Amino acid sequence: MKAFIDWMDERFPLTKVWEEHLSKYYAPKNFNFWYYFGSLALLILVNQIVTGIFLTMHYKPDAALAFASVEYIMRDVPWGWLMRYLHAIGASMFFVVVYLHMFRGLIYGSYRGPRELVWIIGCIIFVALMAEAFMGYLLPWGNMSFWGAQVIISLFGAIPVIGEGLTEWIRGDFVISDATLNRFFAFHVIMMPLILVFLVFLHIVALHQVGSNNPDGIEIKKNKDENGIPLDGIPFHPYYTVKDIVGVIVFLMIFLGIVFFAPTFFGLFLEKDNFTPANALQTPPHIVPLWYFTPFYSILRAVVWDFLPGGAKLWGVIAMGLSIVVIFLLPWLDRSPVKSIRYKGWIYKTALVLFIIAFFILAYLGFKAPADTDLFWFDNTRWAQICMFIYFGFFLLMPIYSKMDPTKPVPDRVTFSKGGH
Amino acid sequence: MRKLLISIVMFLVPVLAFPAGGGDEHLESVFINLRDKASLQRGAKLFSNYCLSCHSAAYSRYNRVGKDLGISDENIKEHLMFAGEKVGDLMTTTMPVEDAQRWFGVAPPDLSLIARSRTPDWLYTYMKSFYIDDSSPSGWNNTVFENVAMPNVLYGLQGNQLAVYETNGDNKVFAGFEMEENTGTMTEVEFDQAVTDLVNFLVYLGEPAVLKRYKIGVFVLLFLVVLLIPCYLMKKEYWRDVH
Repeated sequence: MKAFIDWMDERFPLTKVWEEHLSKYYAPKNFNFWYYFGSLALLILVNQIVTGIFLTMHYKPDAALAFASVEYIMRDVPWGWLMRYLHAIGASMFFVVVYLHMFRGLIYGSYRGPRELVWIIGCIIFVALMAEAFMGYLLPWGNMSFWGAQVIISLFGAIPVIGEGLTEWIRGDFVISDATLNRFFAFHVIMMPLILVFLVFLHIVALHQVGSNNPDGIEIKKNKDENGIPLDGIPFHPYYTVKDIVGVIVFLMIFLGIVFFAPTFFGLFLEKDNFTPANALQTPPHIVPLWYFTPFYSILRAVVWDFLPGGAKLWGVIAMGLSIVVIFLLPWLDRSPVKSIRYKGWIYKTALVLFIIAFFILAYLGFKAPADTDLFWFDNTRWAQICMFIYFGFFLLMPIYSKMDPTKPVPDRVTFSKGGH
Repeated sequence: MRKLLISIVMFLVPVLAFPAGGGDEHLESVFINLRDKASLQRGAKLFSNYCLSCHSAAYSRYNRVGKDLGISDENIKEHLMFAGEKVGDLMTTTMPVEDAQRWFGVAPPDLSLIARSRTPDWLYTYMKSFYIDDSSPSGWNNTVFENVAMPNVLYGLQGNQLAVYETNGDNKVFAGFEMEENTGTMTEVEFDQAVTDLVNFLVYLGEPAVLKRYKIGVFVLLFLVVLLIPCYLMKKEYWRDVH
């Protein structure tokens, strides 16, 4: 064994990579619950690729055959139903995990220097993941697939001058058609997975260059022992590998619990209207995107002010775009002297709570008809507008309120949370 | 512990807050039992006798239904297949789409997934809500699906159901159903059971692997519980020296 590793090391940096990224990568010892979601996201990425390969063997990217081929997978292909559910529910779980992963970064200030690039690459992964999910959702060629894609692609039509041509260029046709399905299939199974895997690689390389943040927001590299090892650091392997295995098993209980016992997840992960084949002549009663897009869809629909130059639709698209762009800017918006929420004051905490509430309300409203009144006092559009302002206020006012915030002193060394390990 | 609770609540909030939006129609609920093979077999028979001549179930195969429901190939051929198909064939309909469109104005939808796109309760109420309506081309109408092109194919069993209206000022308000005496071969209880059997079968047809899914799921979760114990102990052992 030793001889083999020596042979390898002369030709390939096997031991070097292993040590740099696992056995001698020192991570803070005080990671808590929120730190499981990075490794879980990686797990789901692998799940999506593996199950995706098996689905590709039987799926037909053809408008006349696609819907039936999915049902063929569900009925005639041995274990096809399992592959399909693992893939479809895996997509939703990917977003659950990624949203929690991003939230972790938000509350502990993981986006702050020197980790700006880790955050930005992460944001690009989020956008790439949205593109991947959107294109994948067309492939079953159900009626909601069709109309969802119809609505989202038509958004590009709001762009002045080039809009109409752009939508045709994306669809490859005047309507969503076989051409659209074929190219979305190509993007979904080849282009986006390659981009995603490459971005995830960059995300981890950038992270390991600067080292992981922690719930205290303290730089563990500031306190090193005589060997240059951070005093508050422990090697990722074996400590966090054995810990993440526990997280993986608990996560799999939830994920596989849904796969085996509630795969449609009450119409949230697999929608009722998508069990009907795509039909250009029959619009579903409510066209709603899947749950992970609804906050942004709400922002899009909240802009109804037609007096804006270019029309409300254009500004809705711009607002939706900006709602994602502001997330990228977070490292430069936060001017607080501390990173972690543990040492931030009441102003930041209030802003964060408002932001979370607004985000959930936006997500909820994305399922609802804009003119209805599903909450109280105002109709859904007005609530979406209020929440949109809170959403943008949280980010854009951060340079002001994060400076005013009465912060607490940060200790020199990391602490364990009260719950302990 | 407090943090764990907060995390759990945060997990659940989106789940609890977004129940799938349902229709507003008043639907009767139907009890689905996919383990009741006798009910499924009766449902399959009704399906092939009354539905399959106009509707297809084109993602499903005769012998798969037979295998799942415990019906032999001979019985399948004798009782479920009428057009000389092979047992391994997909359950397509013999009615050409063009004819269907000419006769009904719309091609009858494929029923393989109807229980997943419509819900069992909707199907159950729908099948019981046909009433005689001379103004409609088929002579039938339906309170769940107004002006539906489909006639009441089960009227021979159910009888001639009439809609009763009350006048409320200038408005005619639907008040309930009434049955013409001695027009159907089944009693109300028998007919409810027949529709339950049919819907039960359609639920099976929507996802034939569902019982297998449950069975494997139990073993998978048990395995994970068992696996969790040594993995948790291993984590604890490694972390003993971290302070």
